[in-house]
Formats: sequence, C-alpha cells, structure tokens
Amino acid sequence: MRGVPVSALIGFFFTAAYFLGAIFAPLVAPYGLAEVVGDVWEPASRTHLLGTDSIGRDLLTRMIYGGRTTIFIATMATLLSFVTGSVLGFLAAVLGGWMDQVMSRLVDLLMSIPTLIFALVVLSVMPVTIPVLIVVMGLLDSTRVYRLARAVAVDINVMDFVEAARLRGEGRGWVIFREILPNALSPLVAEMGLRFIFAVLFVSTLSFLGLGVQPPAADWGGIVKENKDGIVYGIPAALVPAFAIATLAISVNLVADWVLNRTTSLKGGRGG
Amino acid sequence: MHPVVKLVVQRVALGLLLLLAASVLIFAGTMILPGDVAQSILGQSATPEALANLRAELGLNEPPVTRYFNWLFGVLQGDLGTALTNGQDIATSMGRRLSNTLFLAFWAAVVAVPLAIFLGLLSVLYRDRWPDKLISAVSLASISIPEFLIGYVLMYFVAVQLGWFSTVAMINDSMSVLEKLNAIALPVAVLTLVVLAHMMRMTRAAILNVMQSAYIETAELKGLSAFRVIFRHAFPNAIAPVVNVVMLNLAYLVVGVVVIEVVFVYPGMGQYLVDHVSKRDVPVVQACGLVFAAVYIGLNMVADIVAILANPRLRHPK
Repeated sequence: MRGVPVSALIGFFFTAAYFLGAIFAPLVAPYGLAEVVGDVWEPASRTHLLGTDSIGRDLLTRMIYGGRTTIFIATMATLLSFVTGSVLGFLAAVLGGWMDQVMSRLVDLLMSIPTLIFALVVLSVMPVTIPVLIVVMGLLDSTRVYRLARAVAVDINVMDFVEAARLRGEGRGWVIFREILPNALSPLVAEMGLRFIFAVLFVSTLSFLGLGVQPPAADWGGIVKENKDGIVYGIPAALVPAFAIATLAISVNLVADWVLNRTTSLKGGRGG
Repeated sequence: MHPVVKLVVQRVALGLLLLLAASVLIFAGTMILPGDVAQSILGQSATPEALANLRAELGLNEPPVTRYFNWLFGVLQGDLGTALTNGQDIATSMGRRLSNTLFLAFWAAVVAVPLAIFLGLLSVLYRDRWPDKLISAVSLASISIPEFLIGYVLMYFVAVQLGWFSTVAMINDSMSVLEKLNAIALPVAVLTLVVLAHMMRMTRAAILNVMQSAYIETAELKGLSAFRVIFRHAFPNAIAPVVNVVMLNLAYLVVGVVVIEVVFVYPGMGQYLVDHVSKRDVPVVQACGLVFAAVYIGLNMVADIVAILANPRLRHPK
C-alpha cells in the first residue's frame, strides 16, 4: 500500500465499510426491518443508537437496510450504464460513418432533456419496481458513459497496434474487446466512481419524491420522506441519511480522484 | 450574410429542431411500456368498461403517430389538453405555477450568479492558498449531498432551531413582494447552494484558462497589481466562458427547482409534475415534461449564442 495517499485510504475505508454494511445487513442490523421496537421518534439512547423513526422502528436498522437497497440499485444501474454506454461508444468509434452519426445524435437528443424530468415522464407509465428503476436509471446514465467511451475509443482506434490487429484479420469484436477495451479501462474506471455517486443521489431523489423504492422496503431517500414531518417539531431523524449519503459520496470521490491521478501519471502525466 | 448572423440563425434552427425531437421523445417515453398505458394507469383490478373509457379518453384507439400529431398541433396552438384526474385545462392550471417557478428561479439566480462569480474570482486570486482550498472543499461537500437534503438541513437549523423563516414557502396573490421574498428566502438559499459550487468551479477553471495566456504574463511583468490584472485584462476575455457557465447552471437550476418545491411545499411546476406522476396523469406529465425540456433547451441555446456573439474573431471577419 506504499504511495497511496492518506485521503484515498480514508476513502477506501469508508467505502468498504458502507459496502460491507450493505452486504451483511441482516447480520449487522440490531433489529428487524419492519419491527416496531419503541415509541415514535425516540431520541438516541443505548438501545437505539440513532433513535426511532416515525412509527417507532429502530432508525439504525432502517439506515443499514436502506443503505443495502440504495447501494444495490446504484451499483446495478452503474454497471448497466457502463456496459451499454461503453459497448455502444466503442462500437460507434470503430464503425464510424453514418452509424456513428445516428448514435451520437440520438445521445445528444437524450441529453437535451434533463435526466430527472425524462425519468419522471417514463416512470409515470411504468410500474415502479426495483428492476424498472435500475433499467431506467442505467439507460439514462449510459448517455454520459457513451460520450466518454466514444471520445476515448476514437483516439485509440487510430493507433498503430489497432491497425496491426486489423491487418492481421481480426474481427470487430476482437478490436473492441482485446485492443480498445484494455487501453480505455482506466479513464472509464475513474468515471465510474462519479457515475456511482450520481446514481446514489438520483435514486435517493426519486424515492424522496415517492417515485422510487416503495414501502415497506427502506432506502435512504425513503427514510427522509418518512421522517420529514418530524423536522418541524425539531426532530432531526430525517437528516441522518444526509450524513450517510454525503460521507459515502465524498469517500467514493476520494478514491476516484486517486485512480484518476494514478492512471494519468502512468501515461507521463497527461492532463494531470 | 454576416457570419455571426448566419451562425446564430443556424443555432436557433438547431434548437428548434432539438425541441421538436424532444417532444417526440417525451411522447414516445410514455409509450415504451410493452403493455397498455390504460391498464398500467388503472392497475390490474380495473373493469373492462373503465379500461375502454380511459382508452377512448386518451385516444388510445388511434395509431400513435396520429395521436402525436394531434397532441403536437394542440400544443402549438396553446392547448395542452385536459388533466385526467380532475378534467381541468392543463394550460390554465399550469400558467400560475409556471410564473411561481420562474419567480423562485429568478431570485435564486439573482443571488447565486454574482456570488459565484465573486467567489470564483476570489479562489483564482488566492489560488492554492487556504481561501481557494476552503472554497473547493465546501463545494465538494455541497455537490455530494442531494438538493432535498440540503433543503432539510437548512430547514432544521435555520427555520426550526433559529426560527428565522417559515418551514413552508406558501405564496399567494394577496402577498406583497416583500412578503413573498420572505416566504421564498429558504428555497432560494438552497437553490443558491446547489448551483453555487458548480458555477464557482467552472468560473474558476474558465478564468484560470485565460490567466495562462501570454498577455496576462506581460501584464504581470509590467508590474500591475493582481486585482488589476484580473479585472482589466483577464475578466473581459473570460466573459464568454463565464456567461456560458452561468447559462448552463441556470438550466440546471430549472431541474433543481422540481425537488426543492416539493421540500418547501411551494406551489410551482415541480410540485405539479411530481403530484401528477404519482397519480399517473399522463397528459399533465407530458405537458410539464415538454415545458421543462423547452426551458432547458432554450437556456442551452442562449449560452451558445452568447458564446458566438462574444467571440471577437467572429465579429470582425477578415
């Protein structure tokens, strides 16, 4: 671990803690997800470390399970957006010509409508389930990945070793997956951190608006929605997810920054 | 034709084309469900009669292309259709709310834009020293928290703990401008925080970019003070990128408004859209989506046109 800056280590530590908490939620959580264990909005105590929520469920338990849902949806949506975005972006760069034009203009069009607005339009006719959320978020976000992947791949596509592979008689699939992909991986991985944070914020926003994860399932945006009425009476339960989202986002950012710096300096500090 | 005029006309035409395509996309976005829209609005337990009625009301018995053009021509004549839930004319109920939303966004812009430019200049002036680092750390934090949570954090500390402002931003016609401003103070503060970070970072980058030019070095070598170099030499050349930044962030503000209105129960477009998405009122959602897309595309277009007009190389063709 030599040469890893302290900020990246802190980022790693918190990111890992959140992911482990999400994976092992049933083991870590002190109570059951829907178990009513106390009065409404009890303050923090030894038995309820973060207090209780609007109907007397343990808030820490809700946060841990909520993190599980939020992180799961965000991770799947990020993976989906990366697979579709980068494959289509590479394909556009390799094919060139009118196929590239059609795909790029279509992406421009999709990006000309604000993501949240378009998601709301689509969700107004869709049944709001977790797979639908993942697909809608992933596909809308893949436009950003497509832009990046295409820009990177266009540069690589004209390199000598790609030319050599073509002259060798390799097919399109080989050129994309064996020549371009390994060389485009590092900028894409750095971008992945930012897209993941965006997905976390996005799914939280949708759930807060009541159009994301539906009760009884918990997620961070939903916890805010359930407890927002307490704010007026001075009960800060709805602010707990703010802390969780912000720390997760900042720690992922710290790791992504480090990946970006490391990979750019490997290529002689280009763009650094 | 003068090249500037030609470029501007081209950009406006592109914007209109984009808007038309966006209207197709918004219309198609409510059609992509493999099943039946009427079924998904009413749910599985709907009676066949109710389904047939709704289909007739939505015009679902006609082919999609006909429906799209009927809708489009209606919109062009100012007829946005009627809401499914209460049968009211959408354009009438939207008018008041749209002006409320623009009122909120306008004041947020009035506060955020000068502040962002000033802080951006400040962080250029103290580049890599503590004011710059502090500003970038705060902006990183505010980017990492979703808008609605910034809203509740402010509401909790400022409205509830300190009791300075009301927790809801209700406005109506009988209020004077000052009362209205007092009511929207908190939402404006949240929106400012939301766009401030982006705008400041981009302003900083735009000015730093100019600061690396040779004529700035000359000005510094002449012995001019840092303030004079920035305001007299760097700033005029940074106006185009800065205006661009401002426009892009105003477009972003329009979307941020949706969530903030729900937080502060503000009677605007965002509240209207979100309410009707959960009621599955497709005509209202389409109309709202179109209005938001139009504002967004329009602001982006203005940003590009300002960039064209501010470019001296295009103003004085060889």
